[in-house]
Amino acid sequence: MAIDELYREVILDHYRNPRRRGTLEGSHVHAEGENPSCGDEFSLDLAVDDDTVTDIAIQGQGCSISQASGSMMAEAVVGKHVSDVRELAHRFKRMMSIEEGENPVDPSRPGAVLGDLEALQGVRRFPVRIKCADLPWATLENALGQIDAASEAS
Amino acid sequence: MNDLSSLRADFPLLQRTVGGRPLVYLDSAATSQKPEQVIEAIADYYRTINANVHRGAYRLSEEATNAYEAARAKVATFIGASSPSEVVFTRGTTAGINHVAYGWGLNRLRQGDRIVLTVMEHHSNIVPWQLVARHTGAELAYLRLTEDYQVDLGDLDEVIDGRTKVVAVTGMSNVTGAIPPLPPIAAAARRVGAIVVVDGAQAVPHSPVDVATMDADFLAFSAHKMLGPTGIGALWGRRELLEEMEPAEGGGEMISDVGLYESRWAPVPHKFEAGTPPIAQAVGFGAAVDYLAKIGMPAVRDHEIAITRYALGRLAEIPDLRVYGPSDLAARGGAVSFTLGDIHAHDLATILDEEAGVAIRAGHHCAKPLMREMHVPSTARASFYVYTTEDDIDLLVTGLHRAREIFGLVG
Repeated sequence: MAIDELYREVILDHYRNPRRRGTLEGSHVHAEGENPSCGDEFSLDLAVDDDTVTDIAIQGQGCSISQASGSMMAEAVVGKHVSDVRELAHRFKRMMSIEEGENPVDPSRPGAVLGDLEALQGVRRFPVRIKCADLPWATLENALGQIDAASEAS
Repeated sequence: MNDLSSLRADFPLLQRTVGGRPLVYLDSAATSQKPEQVIEAIADYYRTINANVHRGAYRLSEEATNAYEAARAKVATFIGASSPSEVVFTRGTTAGINHVAYGWGLNRLRQGDRIVLTVMEHHSNIVPWQLVARHTGAELAYLRLTEDYQVDLGDLDEVIDGRTKVVAVTGMSNVTGAIPPLPPIAAAARRVGAIVVVDGAQAVPHSPVDVATMDADFLAFSAHKMLGPTGIGALWGRRELLEEMEPAEGGGEMISDVGLYESRWAPVPHKFEAGTPPIAQAVGFGAAVDYLAKIGMPAVRDHEIAITRYALGRLAEIPDLRVYGPSDLAARGGAVSFTLGDIHAHDLATILDEEAGVAIRAGHHCAKPLMREMHVPSTARASFYVYTTEDDIDLLVTGLHRAREIFGLVG
């Protein structure tokens, strides 16, 4: 049933035990996001060194979908080159039909393309909840934009 | 319980299904469903009378004008106003409060004056006052809430002090259903010569309201929450206050004469109704109050007390469920806000919709200051009306048990 596809165990686990929750010391950028219509909040500290995400810490409150999406995202981006993070974000958005294009997930190889994040596929069936899953990613894009702006200025 | 169950047949939308299940509509505090009588009155207006009002010298226009003004008279009678001219048609409650804030407040409030609100107000009874306070230099002060989120009368005279010019309070909270005790609040306002503005968005649809005995100067409400169409509401005001109030909007229909540099306003209530008004909606509004008057507002209130009693009893059976607001049925209406364990309200709403066909509201309900007071970012809210049945509540409860199961809550 659709509802079981939505509330997979891995989503509830990330909701109840969010990974990389907290704040960062040292050099980082901070970005905040919210969905004013529903009140979901998500913010993050992002540390990038030599075009690689070296650390991320997340904060926020909201529904299971927004908070699990953020926790999974945090796990997925650490250690990745910024260009790979952007590519990951595009794949995620295609999977969620936020961006146009084919769903990159390969059903015959579960988890191979987007790891745990693939558990969020069930949200596609619930159009009003897609913005919940997208909130952390929109916040991440904001943070990456700040890094771009800083490097252009220097 | 008053048996209003036969009314359900009047509401075509309540016959529909969602995802193969009968719809269980528990979001009437957001907007109510419409009976056939209202839908038909609006359709019939367009089929047979449609013309612009107050200016055509032909019979059709006169008929449209008569229908529009007859609707005003019905609304006036419904709330016990002494004259239809004390009833201004607006876009809704929000517009009505803005009329008072801008039309009365902007001209009357001065630096250091005080506007008193309660922490349980809807944003539409907070933000207009913040805007006017910013323009005038007046300050906002709030009546605090008790532990069960009722207005705390303990510091009434401290908050409503000698500087106070406006006391604006809800007639019934859209979040908790709490009905603030208006008489002592209004009495405190009178002691210092302040006007009393009542946000009637929930109170007017759900309880008998009589402005002749209610100690208020303005009352704003919306048609769509009381079986009528969207896009129209009413602002009742005391005649002398409406006379001294400036129009918040200028344009056609609201003037008696226009010169190049100065204009004179039409008499009340028309000076507040700039532009072509929502005529069909007014006719639908009239049909809605006819429908409610036929049931009788005491019967509406009794039905909601009974259904709320039943709902609170059934919700109390669910482990981890917490209801916010007064438990005394005499001090509350049929809007029930709750949380269930660590399940976020949006997740609850999705599960109830998908698994039980139950439509509830989830979020901050446009009452963020109250949410902060309750220390929750959001709640789930089930709200009831004349057509709500015990079966609806049973399906809500079934859906909530299913939510506990999906989220693995045990016990």
